[in-house]
Amino acid sequence: MSGLLNQALAEGSITLKAKANGWKQAIELAGVGLVASGRCTSEYTQAMIQAFEELGPYMVIAPGIALAHARPSAEVLSTGLSLVTLSESVHFGNTTNDPVSLVIGLAATDHDGHIDLMASLSELLMDVMKVNMLLQATNLEEVRTLFS
Amino acid sequence: MKIIAVCGMGIGTSVLLKMNAEKVLDMLGISAEVQAADISKAKLDGPTADIILTTPELVYQLESMPGRIVAIEHVFDLVEIREKLSAALS
Repeated sequence: MSGLLNQALAEGSITLKAKANGWKQAIELAGVGLVASGRCTSEYTQAMIQAFEELGPYMVIAPGIALAHARPSAEVLSTGLSLVTLSESVHFGNTTNDPVSLVIGLAATDHDGHIDLMASLSELLMDVMKVNMLLQATNLEEVRTLFS
Repeated sequence: MKIIAVCGMGIGTSVLLKMNAEKVLDMLGISAEVQAADISKAKLDGPTADIILTTPELVYQLESMPGRIVAIEHVFDLVEIREKLSAALS
């Protein structure tokens, strides 16, 4: 199970203690991680921002955690994740779960090829202690250990 | 019992909601079919669903559907999901 997260978060996909000036920059950072790790083109990042503008802050799925994503499309090269921790939390406009300090970017090639990955992600994010350790992590080794 | 988990894209939040709802239904000993869908698919396939599981921000887009809407604020909170699903089912 846990190996899935390490695979999905390929090299270049993790950004720790980043500074974001608002939700748009926070989503952009998640997009940069997806592009850098070869998951999608930069158009997909724009699609994630557009999705947020259209559908609103529902993507803040739990206290402090946003799941940035757009629809499966030709802009997605392979299914995977990116992860951004923010040095200062950012408001996304969600009434119950703001402010956000962890942004997960998700790119999926189709609607059901990533279900096992989502199960692993869910297991990680359900664990409050692990999420706190993730938020405090300053290097990739610390983060990778949390996935195993 | 048919439950449809709905989010904007049908790949993120709805999938998480579906998985965690299945865990809760299992705990409650209730057998139900849970489907993940985006808003437009939900409107097409959803009219037969007994319960529509979504997040508070999307409720207004789904109010025209006949099923009962259950809005979950924290998709990893199995306690919240259990409380709200049990209330909707009783």
